[in-house]
Amino acid sequence: MSGPSDFQPSNPALQWLERRLPILGLMHSSFVVYPTPRNLNYWWTFGAILSFMLGMQILTGVILAMHYTPHADLAFKSVELIVRDVNYGWLLRNMHACGASMFFFAVYVHMLRGLYYGSYKEPREVLWILGVIIYLLMMATGFMGYVLPWGQMSFWGATVITNLFSAIPYFGESIVTLLWGGYSVGNPTLNRFFSLHYLLPFLIAGVVVLHVWALHVAGQNNPDGVEPKTEKDTVPFTPHATIKDGFGVACFLLLYAWFIFYMPNYLGDADNYIPANPGVTPPHIVPEWYYLPFYAILRSIPNKLAGVIGMFSAIIVLCFLPWLDAARTRSSKYRPLAKQFFWIFVVVCILLGYLGAQPPEGIYVIAGRVLTVCYFAYFLIVLPLLSRIERPRPVPNSISEAILAKGGKAVASIAVVLVAAGALFLGSLQDARASEGSDKPPGNKWSFSGPFGKFDRGALQRGLKVYKEVCASCHGLSYVAFRNLAEAGGPGYSVAQAAAFASEYKVKDGPNDAGDMFERPGRPADYFPSPFPNEQAARAANGGAAPPDLSLITKARSYGRGFPWFIFDFFTQYQEQGPDYVSAVLQGFDDHVPEGVTIPEGSYYNKYFPGHAIKMPKPLSDGQVTYDDGSPTTVAQYAKDVTTFLMWTAEPHMEARKRLGFQVFVFLILFAGLMYFTKKKVWADSH
Amino acid sequence: MNPDASTIAAGAPIEVDLSPVAEGQDIKVFWRGKPIYISHRTKKQIDEARGVNVASLPDPETDEARVKSGHEQWLVVIGICTHLGCIPIAHEGNYDGFFCPCHGSQYDSSGRIRQGPAPANLPVPPYTFVSDTKIQIG
Repeated sequence: MSGPSDFQPSNPALQWLERRLPILGLMHSSFVVYPTPRNLNYWWTFGAILSFMLGMQILTGVILAMHYTPHADLAFKSVELIVRDVNYGWLLRNMHACGASMFFFAVYVHMLRGLYYGSYKEPREVLWILGVIIYLLMMATGFMGYVLPWGQMSFWGATVITNLFSAIPYFGESIVTLLWGGYSVGNPTLNRFFSLHYLLPFLIAGVVVLHVWALHVAGQNNPDGVEPKTEKDTVPFTPHATIKDGFGVACFLLLYAWFIFYMPNYLGDADNYIPANPGVTPPHIVPEWYYLPFYAILRSIPNKLAGVIGMFSAIIVLCFLPWLDAARTRSSKYRPLAKQFFWIFVVVCILLGYLGAQPPEGIYVIAGRVLTVCYFAYFLIVLPLLSRIERPRPVPNSISEAILAKGGKAVASIAVVLVAAGALFLGSLQDARASEGSDKPPGNKWSFSGPFGKFDRGALQRGLKVYKEVCASCHGLSYVAFRNLAEAGGPGYSVAQAAAFASEYKVKDGPNDAGDMFERPGRPADYFPSPFPNEQAARAANGGAAPPDLSLITKARSYGRGFPWFIFDFFTQYQEQGPDYVSAVLQGFDDHVPEGVTIPEGSYYNKYFPGHAIKMPKPLSDGQVTYDDGSPTTVAQYAKDVTTFLMWTAEPHMEARKRLGFQVFVFLILFAGLMYFTKKKVWADSH
Repeated sequence: MNPDASTIAAGAPIEVDLSPVAEGQDIKVFWRGKPIYISHRTKKQIDEARGVNVASLPDPETDEARVKSGHEQWLVVIGICTHLGCIPIAHEGNYDGFFCPCHGSQYDSSGRIRQGPAPANLPVPPYTFVSDTKIQIG
């Protein structure tokens, strides 16, 4: 991409090809001899990281699509079956779901880097605008991908976002009908979103090619913002940039793997483990974290149309950045004022993201409005003004001069990052549960928590007994098959034991040759039969509240951890909100209703249930279930056992996940170390 | 990409029997995938809806225009918040009407927007009274 190559392959067959299609020469000139500025720092490795993530998402996505069913009645279950039954399906799904978050994290770093070092300025305007287009395509792809699991958040996220288009005057309603393919979000919507979710990544890949092309025409910007002048200012792409990017990718993989193997649900929403229900809106509809700043802007503006315009202009304004900021000096390194405003802008974006996740009331609304004004002021007032009044520091004459002048500044910035990370880590070591409010479920010691957590086999077997004798009369367990009881990482039964357990159940089968349905004993391949034939029957038999299926209950229930605990949780790998909540609800019944709480007829007081009025009567009492192994037959023990069992039903491959995670981490740390020393060796003469 | 024939066919009119709905109660039926609230309003709710100064409303519309004359006690509205499409909860909020849990919009006992970010009243679907206790929606 940088002019005719003089590359000549030595192999005659390749020479034959090269004369007809000079693709090797193109690769050679673009990715081997291509000169890159010598002074690039690690923020420049995010381009390679993003390419890697795009490849990763396409690869995992294509495999997931082989197992996924895009139908409103089957999508949720097919995703669960991917996680449970497909070989390494849990890994593929985690890689793809966390991969989307990591992709956005990387793209935000990449964009902020461009903002800080002025990478959008002449002659790189087209390069920058292509980047904004990629970002818009990514947002559309991410949104449609989030709809596919067809959980509650998927469905209601789709409803809210598609309704944004109804704000457009005259054409709004027709556009929304086109998006839905019906009169509301439903099966046609899911089908077209699946189709588009498969198409858009390839469009992104196409625009990425243009983006790289434009980059290789204009050349890379660099931290000092001065164009390379002599050969001394650059190094060849390979090996210098390749090895440095390789090290960057390896470090990024460590973060990615932390999410995949240890915190797969940290960035997700518990409500998305509840199948989509068009009749019930979740109390808080929150988009994925990477849309939150824009969602906050949308909600801050009290007028619907203006809110939608505000949200979209927050992104479109980026296209005009090259002309809004007319300052000659590219890099904020030499712009004392721009540098400060840049960091204020970063803080504004993070705060907007925080507000996007809060309920739209009181102080949050006012803060949202103030920050929205700040966001736009940065682009429309601060940057144009700064280019007129700011007096930049002198820029070095060349890149090599800048390198010679460089002191220990890089060391200082790395030290700041390390100190900040260390402080967070130290803070996280304190007991995260010390200062919780009274209605928050108390924390428990679970055998399955932490990086080496394993299920307590005895607890799983006892929990199964409690489920079978108590819970099963009202609650289904429809995603769990009897064969699962004999699988590795489960309650540890033999195949024969699981078969015997299955044969105790009557399962409906048919139709037979006469066309009748009949009952037969269960087989290992059968799923736990549900106590009610359908949701309406369950609702009618239980005073209007259908008992939820328990297969996913420990992942579908959660409670807000609040600031700052959710930050510490990332480091301590605390992700047992669901089990803590389930166990607390089982023990939270109290005949004595505190003052100020009214419990309607047919409901019961429960300390930890949201709203305190639960339709389920106290299910467990001491001595209700007999244990063969001498464990105490108390409510506390029952609750603990059945919660452990339900954690296993929610994630049968948890042990495999954590075990593989440890192996991957050992490998990645060694790999990153080797990459670092190779990089040091390669760059030894260049600094 | 417009709705296909089967989707349109499934959106044909439906009949709803109102006789089991007691005063002060409401039912939710689905039509074209949208929840339709049918409220049997009390005298108090009707009076509240008619007592308000119409010009002071964000989306001015009289209660008389939103119900069928002779059947003032029945309010039929599409239960989709006009802000961003969530489903409001009946019998909640400060106006004896509907409350949307998503962004806090509040509707009165005539389904008119009174407070919050929603721009318009809850829409009234096309419906007719087939008999005194039966309506056809669509």
